[in-house]
Amino acid sequence: MDSTISSASLAAALPDAARQVLAQIQARNRRFFVSVVLVVIGILALLFGVLSLLGMDLGFMYEWLGFLLAGIGYTLLVAVLAISLACIIALFGALGRLSHNPIAYGIATFYVSLIRGTPLLVQVYMWYLALPQIGQALEAVGVPYAASVLTLPAVPAGILALGVCYGAYMTETFRAGIQSITAGQTEAALALGMTHPQVMRRIILPQALRVVIPPIGNEFISMVKDSSLVSLMGVWELSYRATKIGRRYFRSLEMLLVAAAVYWIMCIILQAAQGRLEFRMSRGERKRGQA
Amino acid sequence: MTTSIIRVCGLHKVFPPDLHVIRGVDLEVQAGEVVVVIGPSGSGKSTFLRCLNFLEDPTLGEIEIDGVTIQAGFLNKKQHEQVRAIRQKMGMVFQSFNLFPHLTALENVIEGPVTVKKAPRSEAIQKGEELLAWVGLSDKRAEFPSRLSGGQQQRVAIARSLAMDPKIMLFDEPTSSLDPELISEVIEVMERLAKEGMTMIVVTHEMHFARDVSQRVIVMDRGVWVEQGPPGQIFTSPREERTRQFLAHIL
Repeated sequence: MDSTISSASLAAALPDAARQVLAQIQARNRRFFVSVVLVVIGILALLFGVLSLLGMDLGFMYEWLGFLLAGIGYTLLVAVLAISLACIIALFGALGRLSHNPIAYGIATFYVSLIRGTPLLVQVYMWYLALPQIGQALEAVGVPYAASVLTLPAVPAGILALGVCYGAYMTETFRAGIQSITAGQTEAALALGMTHPQVMRRIILPQALRVVIPPIGNEFISMVKDSSLVSLMGVWELSYRATKIGRRYFRSLEMLLVAAAVYWIMCIILQAAQGRLEFRMSRGERKRGQA
Repeated sequence: MTTSIIRVCGLHKVFPPDLHVIRGVDLEVQAGEVVVVIGPSGSGKSTFLRCLNFLEDPTLGEIEIDGVTIQAGFLNKKQHEQVRAIRQKMGMVFQSFNLFPHLTALENVIEGPVTVKKAPRSEAIQKGEELLAWVGLSDKRAEFPSRLSGGQQQRVAIARSLAMDPKIMLFDEPTSSLDPELISEVIEVMERLAKEGMTMIVVTHEMHFARDVSQRVIVMDRGVWVEQGPPGQIFTSPREERTRQFLAHIL
């Protein structure tokens, strides 16, 4: 598509046969694009057709849309705080996994193995339901305030559960990002006389960060949806509101569809934001004319 | 009587479990001397060079750089500090440039002084610009490495090493990954550096550089020196059969 201008300016100098080939290629590209749009429209039409056959109450959906949207606040709050926590944990986790210090390596490896090996759902309940029990037991043996400190309200429990869980997955992402930077970078920095922490901070991490931005964006998008797990603890976020209203009026299909659509739109916006961030982070890799 | 700035004694390097790459070499280099190391691939030239600044830890032997002596072996904390000290006296230029891709040419050059020597940024920038001018790249100061040709990248890499005010420069096949027409611009910079009296150890296949610029050529094979001497003697009347064979291959 962007070849329009250049091929037009070249056209004068090109032989007719070559121009025809270029035109055919352009036509093929345009055909592909148009076909994809048609396919998507077709899928949406089919979906709407099926849904209207089921006798969906569009008015009801519209009526409660505002109420559902009010839950976005909690959804985003939980997701943003949890992903921030996860990034911090993942950074230290990755440094631990790459460390020559047996304590750091041992702790990081155990953490990743344990958290990745257990279901998120179980972990959420652990933070919310099991932790208070531990607190009470500790208080019983004389640790002051243990019960009240370890009895977490739903939102902090959810943020901790999601942050700690995603931190484990992202530890491996960060580790891979750090390891993707070639040994030559470390060698060049060491040859200048840098210490290992300086090499990490000044040379490796800035480059590794750019590598892990796409996977972090990916994790964040998945986090936005997993944040619905905090509804299990009665937080009035998006999906909790949807199931509540759906059950009350026996309109679960409508409410869940609205909730799904809201999640989807949020994720589309996040994907776009991720694309822009990646572009801005690609300083140094960009070629002329791309700025 | 000149004093040697580099003294290597009985150096061995074994890669675990039992790959014996450097098999006991000695070397003394005078300040201002240019030494070229040649030899077939896999002979241990690069490994030897990388042992000098401990990018590879030598297994046995002793290395003395400008008055700092380090006994090879399992290094303790104090020795690691000594290693950092000798690295600051010794710049290294790599075959694959290894410029920092997230930094501009000028930022690459000032990174060492600012981070390692804690030099004031403005001072480092001024010196960095002088160095970029010296390698003929003043107009590229704000470019990222990805926008520079291989020859330009290697010249920035030389400027980056020089920014640390080294007394010695190590070159590990600096032109081996360059297109033929870009080799001369890097060689030209190295020649100027030699003329200014820099102590240099150069691993290279550029025989013209060895012949025209170096004072001594060392031929290495299978982890030991085969022979060494002034370039005129090595190239015209080598004493060893192995030297003759190697030169026949490349000349």
